Parts: sequence; structure tokens; C-alpha cells
Amino acid sequence: MTDLVARKARPQYRNIGVSQILSYRLPVAGIVSILHRISGALLFLFGIPFLLYLLQQSLTSELSFMNYSAIVGSVLGKLVLLVLGWAFLHHAIAGIRYLLLDRHVGIEKASSHLSAQIALGVSLLLTLLFALKLFGAF
Amino acid sequence: MTTNRIVVGAHYGLRDWLAQRISAVVLLVYILVLLGAVLFTAELNYFTWAGLFGNVWMKVATLMAVFALMWHAWVGIRDIYMDYIKPTGVRLFLQVLTVVALAGYAFWAVIILWRI
Repeated sequence: MTDLVARKARPQYRNIGVSQILSYRLPVAGIVSILHRISGALLFLFGIPFLLYLLQQSLTSELSFMNYSAIVGSVLGKLVLLVLGWAFLHHAIAGIRYLLLDRHVGIEKASSHLSAQIALGVSLLLTLLFALKLFGAF
Repeated sequence: MTTNRIVVGAHYGLRDWLAQRISAVVLLVYILVLLGAVLFTAELNYFTWAGLFGNVWMKVATLMAVFALMWHAWVGIRDIYMDYIKPTGVRLFLQVLTVVALAGYAFWAVIILWRI
């Protein structure tokens, strides 16, 4: 107990508000959680319409397929795909973690902390690979 | 049991919670199948790509995934509204807008697949 008492006074938040968002120190699981929400919102707002448009362009005719190729070949198109790619990868990998947590797999503090770090790390690593593939590194 | 039921609430049941998880699994399986099909295609061009989506099994699988996506997105977006949008009228308006958008996207997907 002594080390708990000796520890520096920690900030307290009561009636938490938007203006304090930047001073929160979220645990990794909290970061994974809020990013899961943000990535989901991004996929709904931009991902669904953009991917449906690309699907339409890629499937309608040879001519529209060329248009599709031009869009995904442009720098702007690649940047949009990169953001959406991260959003999907984070959402999917964090989502698999939540499915496991729902099955009561790894709900102890230490293991859930570890799985949050893994989810964050793997999604960023796969996003990096996707970026390299997108911009023609391999 | 909740007694103060509100018109734009979660309907207080297990169904949406479960639907979100089942649709998530459907989407994961579909994306892995699509990824596999693309990786097994020797050369990706208009004819191989349209040929893949020309298969009846692929059309059916894609439509199942689209419907799963719409249901999944609906539950998730509604959760966001329930957390941040408190006035009932505003929340209802946004929910209607979301349902209309998702229904429109689903019809759009049907039209895209219908023409191949």
C-alpha cells in the first residue's frame, strides 16, 4: 500500500466533458476501443459509398474498368484507399478481439492489455504492408 | 427491466447485439473468400474480375455480405447516436437518414450485381 500512497496525485475527472478529451490518458484497450468506433464511422461515411462506386466502375464495362483503374492508380485515390484500408484493418482486428472477449477469452486484466497491444500493432503493421503494396514497393 | 423506454432506444434486447456479431463473422468470411478468389486469379483484368462476379455463387455471397454490412453498420451507427446525440428528435432524424442511406446502398449493390 505504501507505494500507492507515495504515488503522485493522479488527475480526477468528474462529469467528464469533451473539452478534457486531450488530457485523458487512455489505456491501450481504450485507444483500441475509440479507434474501433472512429474507424467504423469512417467506413460507414466514406467506405461504403466509395467502395460501391469502385465496384460499379470495375464491373460495368471495359471502359468503366479503365476509369476504375485510373481512380485507384491516382495519388488521391491511393490515399483514400490507405485511410479506408487502415479503418478496415483496425475495425476487423479489434472486432475479432471483441468477439473473443465476448466468448470470455482473455478477459483478465493482463491478457486483455496484451491483446489490445497486439490488435493495435498488427493492424498498424498490416496497414504499413498495404501502403507499401499500394505505392508499388512490391 | 427498463421502465423508461424511449422511442429511439435500443429496443432493449439481445437481437441487435447478436446480429452485429453474426454479421461481423459473415463479413469476415466473405472478405477472406474474396481475397482468396483474387489471389487465385492468375491475372486481374476486367474479364477475370467481371467473370468472378458473374458466378451465381459469387453474386449470392456478395449480396449476403451487403445485407450483413447494412445491418452491421445500422447497429454500430445507432450505438454512436445513442451515446452522443441526446435530443430525441435529432436522433430520430439521423436514424432515418442512416436507414435511408443504407437501404439505398443495398439497392445500389443489387443493381451493380444485376447487370453483370
